[in-house]
Amino acid sequence: MIEARGLGCGYDSRFALKDINFKAAENELLGIIGPNGSGKTTLIRAITKIIRPQCGRILLEGEDIDGMEFGELARKMAVVSQGCDTEFDIPVEDYLLLGRIPHRKAFQFLETERDMEIIQRAMDLTDTARFRKRSLNKLSGGERQLVFIARALAQEPRLLLLDEPTNHLDIAHQVKILDLIRRLNRENKITVLIILHDLNLAGEYCDRLMLMDIGGVHKIGRPEEVLTYQNIEQVYKTIVVVEKNPVSAKPYILLVSEEERARKQSKTERSGHKNK
Amino acid sequence: MSQKTFALLAWILVLGAILIVVVLVSLSLGSVNIPLGRIVEVIFQRKGSVEHSIIFDLRMSRILLGFAVGSSLGLSGVILQGMFRNPLVEPYTLGISGGAALGVCLNIVLGVSKIGGGLSLPLSGFLGALGVILMVYFLSARKTFRIQGLLLTGVMISFIASSLIMLIMAVSRVEELQGIIFWIMGSLEESNWFLIITMLLVSLAGLLVAYLFCFDLNALALGEEEARHLGINVERTKRMLFILASLLTGCSVSVAGIIGFVGLAIPYFIRLLTGIDYRFLLIGSFLAGGAFLILCDTLARTVISPLELPVGVITGIIGGSVFVYFLHTGPQQLFRKT
Repeated sequence: MIEARGLGCGYDSRFALKDINFKAAENELLGIIGPNGSGKTTLIRAITKIIRPQCGRILLEGEDIDGMEFGELARKMAVVSQGCDTEFDIPVEDYLLLGRIPHRKAFQFLETERDMEIIQRAMDLTDTARFRKRSLNKLSGGERQLVFIARALAQEPRLLLLDEPTNHLDIAHQVKILDLIRRLNRENKITVLIILHDLNLAGEYCDRLMLMDIGGVHKIGRPEEVLTYQNIEQVYKTIVVVEKNPVSAKPYILLVSEEERARKQSKTERSGHKNK
Repeated sequence: MSQKTFALLAWILVLGAILIVVVLVSLSLGSVNIPLGRIVEVIFQRKGSVEHSIIFDLRMSRILLGFAVGSSLGLSGVILQGMFRNPLVEPYTLGISGGAALGVCLNIVLGVSKIGGGLSLPLSGFLGALGVILMVYFLSARKTFRIQGLLLTGVMISFIASSLIMLIMAVSRVEELQGIIFWIMGSLEESNWFLIITMLLVSLAGLLVAYLFCFDLNALALGEEEARHLGINVERTKRMLFILASLLTGCSVSVAGIIGFVGLAIPYFIRLLTGIDYRFLLIGSFLAGGAFLILCDTLARTVISPLELPVGVITGIIGGSVFVYFLHTGPQQLFRKT
């Protein structure tokens, strides 16, 4: 579905991403994880043609995106980015209709029946129809995130890119958003590329994970292959304990504070003395 | 038809009705008052009469020019505010008016207008405006269209132009000075029908071209990156809109001088009334800008008749006062965010 080959890109002449190779298959839910500044958002910006690759290629359904018009791209993929304007004073319904812009014909100034049907379906899927008349800036963070996803769905994308959609949300909304994304992926056959900071959620929901390290791909694979304590300690430079989620049997990462680590260490040292 | 489309159409009808009323009032008022009821009769039946001549030669020409200039400025303002996502940007921010004024000043001081005839003033104004447009464009938009850079360059060029105008005024003779000041204050008095018709066509063509970009502007309201996600070729759109808004402003200024406030406040008010949908905002600002300028011009020539005030004075005083009044005492929620 989407593929990067030897991709290198960045801002100015400085390379932020070097030699990125990955491929997300049709109907896959691929998670992108990695520390701040490892280039996750830059990768999304390259895929959406906001920045141009300095080398390598990005293929969407086998076709190089460099030769594609913005409009054509927008009919195939939709983006929920972090930069969505939250203070925008516009009714939800009108906001969703903006998602129909890529599908407008020349000189088509009014909405068609089909446009209305599609935003209705997008609202049904995301459970946002109940605040269709309310203004975007009057919604809570969780509701707004659902609306952003609904607008992306109004584009009828085959590929959905999401940049930390669960940021600043409570656990109930995090699960709600990710359940929704998984449902879209499974039932509506939308391929998903999602950046997540929460490793546990990433492991729980994604088919495969791509772990990025400063400008490159550290490892791609199934969650249990990627989320090992060796990989995480190497990339995040943080000590973690990896357990199994008792319900889903997916890897679960536990963090330990400095104080506890010191206590544990002195304990083992003491017990070491005793054993001697 | 959706409820919203219906509401927007209703707004357009309301604005159209206001425009017609303003035009009729403007036709009827003046040094000779012609009752509203007789206007139609005079227009169609009494060719050659004094009243017919007053209505057509004196008032109609000003009304048409007022409509063309006002609507162009309103349109230019709404486009620029949309692409800069900044409600304080107006057609004159980009230095175009300064360039036009400089062109006219040079024309007057060098005495070209005496040789060149009536068309030479607007022409030199237009050349000045065009010079600034090209300069701003090539300084900040040749490779990538950096929007903040464009704004700063425009503001600086405005300053330079106004300094040069002051310099010219300081060294020019009294009669030239009068000509310069008269032009800068702005006026809709124009007897050349060729110019009036041209200006009308320019404003109508501007609306048509701008309308092709109404969805691009809607998408740009979300920010440039979001607009690209929606499939808008942002670079191309910004270039086209900049050129369009500049030409509209350049033509308006070179024909009617510097008439402030229309391009700043009309789009602002229209947006407050109806929200952000450029399918309506473009037409709304076009109609409201035209109606507002005709109204102001009517006041300018009737308030202390037989003397006439510069129309820019009226647009500034009336528009500014209403604006400030609403800002402080009107419905507050209207002004929170555009």
